[in-house]
Amino acid sequence: MATEHHNTEHPSSLKYVVIALILSVVTAIEVAVVYIEALSALLLPILLILSVGKFIVVVGYYMHLKFDNKLFTILFGSGLILAIYVLCALMLLFGVFI
Amino acid sequence: MTTHETAGHTTTTGLDNRKVMMWAFIGSDCLFFASLVSTYLLYRGKSVVGPYPYEVFNIPYTSVSAFVLLMSSLTMVLALSAIQRGDHTRLRIWLLATSILGCIFLGGQYFEFTVFVEQGVTLQGNLFGSSFFTLTSFHGLHVTFGVVILMSFFIMSLRGRLSQEQSLNIELAGLYWHFVDIVWIVIFTVVYLIEAPNIVH
Repeated sequence: MATEHHNTEHPSSLKYVVIALILSVVTAIEVAVVYIEALSALLLPILLILSVGKFIVVVGYYMHLKFDNKLFTILFGSGLILAIYVLCALMLLFGVFI
Repeated sequence: MTTHETAGHTTTTGLDNRKVMMWAFIGSDCLFFASLVSTYLLYRGKSVVGPYPYEVFNIPYTSVSAFVLLMSSLTMVLALSAIQRGDHTRLRIWLLATSILGCIFLGGQYFEFTVFVEQGVTLQGNLFGSSFFTLTSFHGLHVTFGVVILMSFFIMSLRGRLSQEQSLNIELAGLYWHFVDIVWIVIFTVVYLIEAPNIVH
């Protein structure tokens, strides 16, 4: 295990490399699915699920939010939730979702 | 600058106030990018004159840029791991690697912008050009600022002015860098990949 910071367990360097490989594979899948015509109807949910997955992995492991104090999760999460709310509100207001 | 001088004040939470500030900043920057992404999505498909996204986007090219930025997150986290172990040689290698990958991404973005402008996409040309350049340019500015910070730490490390006890500085720079990466994860999907079916089919 790598040296601890703020008494939290951080992944080892090998684990960081494995995470990078997983993120690369997911990115490759994201690009591949847009070329598959049969999946065009499901493209939006597939892309959203994959990108949200990548987002969570980077925030959780590379930004150490999974291992850090919960206050950081609250600070980031509140900004993120508000950002998603603003985005959805604007989309609804201008009829993009309707 | 000594370690004592760089140490943050103790807070009632027991957490370093600089790290609390960085997370608060990242949370607020989410709102900034959400407003830009919202604007892009609201204007999507509303341009009355071309060029349109499907005429100019190059998905394989942007995928390589996305991969480069993703790999820079790996090198950044390895730099943090190195300084926390007191391994200054690897810290410099990974900081330099992250900066180079950031510069490759910026060079790619500059080239993409140049090609787009040659094809008639400009900031004033249509709604797509305005919203696209505003969103991606602000992201590019964030990357540029990140590269400057990382190069500053690289030079400080070369001069022996970055000790193991100051690893929080690298951690904060890393948080900022990873945030820039996650913003690109969103932009890559909602700007480029969602448009891809109109290009490839």
